[in-house]
Amino acid sequence: MSDIEAFRADTRAWLEASCPASMRWAKGEAGNAMSGEGLTWGGRNAGLGADAKRWLDVMAERGWTAPTWAAEYGGGGLSKDEAKVLAQEMNRLRIKPPLIGFGLTMIGPLLLEHGSEEQKKRYLPEICRGEVRWCQGYSEPGSGSDLASLQTKAVRDGDDFVLNGQKVWTSYADQADWMFCLVRSDPDASKHTGISFILFDMETSGVSVRPIKLISGASPFCETFLEDVRVPRNQVVGGEGNGWTMAKALLGHERSMISEAFSERRERNPMVTLARKYVGEHDGRVMDPVVRDEIASLTMNKVALDLTIARTKEAMKLGQTPGPEVSIFKYYATELNKDRYSLMLSILGPQALGWDGEGFGDDELEVTRSWLRSRGNSIEGGTSEIQLNIIAKRVLGLPD
Amino acid sequence: MSLVLSEDQKLLKQSAADFVKKESPVSRIRELRDGEDPDGFSRALWAKMAELGWQGILIPEQYGGLGMGYLEVACVLEECGRNLAPEPMLSSVLLGANAVLLAGNEDQKNALLPRVADGSLLLALAYHERGARYSVYKVGASAERRDSSYVLNGEKALVFDGHAADRLVVSARTSGDETDHAGISLFVVDPGTPGVEVTRQQTMHLRSAATVRLSDVEVGADALLGEEGGAGPVLEDVIDRATVGLCAEMLGGTQAAFEMTVEYLKTRQQFGVAIGSFQGLKHRAAAMFIEIELMRSVVLGACQALDESAPDLREAVSAAKARSSDTARLVGYEGIQMHGGIGMTDEHDIGFYAKRARGSELTFGDGAYHRDRFAALQGF
Repeated sequence: MSDIEAFRADTRAWLEASCPASMRWAKGEAGNAMSGEGLTWGGRNAGLGADAKRWLDVMAERGWTAPTWAAEYGGGGLSKDEAKVLAQEMNRLRIKPPLIGFGLTMIGPLLLEHGSEEQKKRYLPEICRGEVRWCQGYSEPGSGSDLASLQTKAVRDGDDFVLNGQKVWTSYADQADWMFCLVRSDPDASKHTGISFILFDMETSGVSVRPIKLISGASPFCETFLEDVRVPRNQVVGGEGNGWTMAKALLGHERSMISEAFSERRERNPMVTLARKYVGEHDGRVMDPVVRDEIASLTMNKVALDLTIARTKEAMKLGQTPGPEVSIFKYYATELNKDRYSLMLSILGPQALGWDGEGFGDDELEVTRSWLRSRGNSIEGGTSEIQLNIIAKRVLGLPD
Repeated sequence: MSLVLSEDQKLLKQSAADFVKKESPVSRIRELRDGEDPDGFSRALWAKMAELGWQGILIPEQYGGLGMGYLEVACVLEECGRNLAPEPMLSSVLLGANAVLLAGNEDQKNALLPRVADGSLLLALAYHERGARYSVYKVGASAERRDSSYVLNGEKALVFDGHAADRLVVSARTSGDETDHAGISLFVVDPGTPGVEVTRQQTMHLRSAATVRLSDVEVGADALLGEEGGAGPVLEDVIDRATVGLCAEMLGGTQAAFEMTVEYLKTRQQFGVAIGSFQGLKHRAAAMFIEIELMRSVVLGACQALDESAPDLREAVSAAKARSSDTARLVGYEGIQMHGGIGMTDEHDIGFYAKRARGSELTFGDGAYHRDRFAALQGF
């Protein structure tokens, strides 16, 4: 038996023996990477159930919360192939990942690439053990699409920076322990070169958080206020003034995360199920031909998107360098999601008018809330207009 | 099977691209039209294509072909479509030869297919009748059995390259009412047979076509292709295959129209700047780029479905044709609009692409038709 096959066998056996039943997906349950429902984010205030805690601990002990990170930082030290095998075996056994969050997906990888040795040793192990939960402080009320125009000040004072300003759209800032934050550390430098990427504890004096309510109701988004927040200078990552480079490294990754979430396969066509119920059927066919046509159109659009993602992935596997496909996917997946929910709202008719309570089913309310929430998909993570700008510039070479 | 072209397929595509670029510039279309060329294409070029094996791509090796598949033929058709090359690949191979391949007996396949593959025989499928819209089942032409022959009567329309064909494959009713699914039969007819009148039609999108009038045309029993009365489903299968071929052509044409338009955006100056610097146009161009990428994916997907005889083959074909139709139309329209005044002139080539886009859209079923078919196939 080859090494990798032996690894697979060992892994499978260990997973089967070690993973609690409650840490496996039930039939019909699908993990939603975007909402993180039913998954462990970790952190100081995690309040984990016994099984979740046990699963997190045994996996962290193996370093398998971050399988490919070096063991010295708390990772599993696995090769790419081994990590693939681990993922496959977990998938096969329908095992939930023991830990998710921006520590693993964003700040961790960034530190591995750009952090100092000291920073790696300080922050990575706690991420791997699920002890620290991270949030991202980028956008400001005055700096959305034009993120580089950000104004949160970082003023040098001895060995510290003192931060003043406001961040907005920080997901889960009210539950996070630490923030990675973009600040203007040199007001005299040019727009892009005066920015630093700094890390700080959310418990630091002067940090306050307020959740943002959306048109769809509660959301994980928050405003974060920084009032004379003192942060040691050695918590800057990548060197002072290098913050924009750090940020760009993360932005692309965020966009592909978002679009992948929307491209997950759905088992049934929810638009058809709803149409049969709310619009009616005749001889097995949805009664309204216009609705039927729109359902067919959006279903085909999904087919087209899925095929495009598939062939892009395949091309990449064959060693072909990807173009700016990420921008296509983010744009198209989000616009398609909006269109789908918009159609579902139409299909529901008057039963789409509920906000809560009497006279509306839970699934009806869910469609309405999801429709409202979907309007933000083309705005967050880089607006559709920005994606089109990127394609126009980088793919088509159209002039400024 | 892969959605990414293999090295061989890429080579085939590149050689097709080089060939078409050299031998068939778009200006040919204008010359053939204005010179009122009787064939509407070049027989010399057709022979060169045969040397390259193009006509034989889909024909099994035992019948003198290359025994390849739809991914391969799509490589060639896309490049032809790029320059609107008029040679009768779609009509003779995708329509005519497929009818023989799917319905013919061994004698018929052996008699006809090798000669299609070597370029010496041109076939045309005469299945459509005026007013039938996209249905293969609306057939008024009749085939009456008399002893050991059939007598055909009726009129066929928009027979692609019908005027140049050496043999017509004609659908006519041996039984049933005009729209019945059963009762349609296919016949191989020599256009020289008494009673056959082929008249070239003038089309707006410059795809050569003809009407075929049949007045007491007598053909032998051996002219019957396949089962008497059973040609309906066969025609559906043939049209599905030709549809995918058409989508590949549309992909090439759409891509060419788009590139021409983007080039114009970069070079046309107004108000002291290139018009491509205007954000409104940038966004529309980027949106087109995305649609074309998606079009490419569904066309590849349909080719793959055909080559693998996938169970959801018909859905794949419908998805390809619906999306190709919408995208080709969009790029054609935007192509004219973004070129401004010259886009509306006959002199500029963009008009050819816009016309061809909608012409192809309205062939073998448009977006609405295929969305309806897709819905039915998916059970809603």
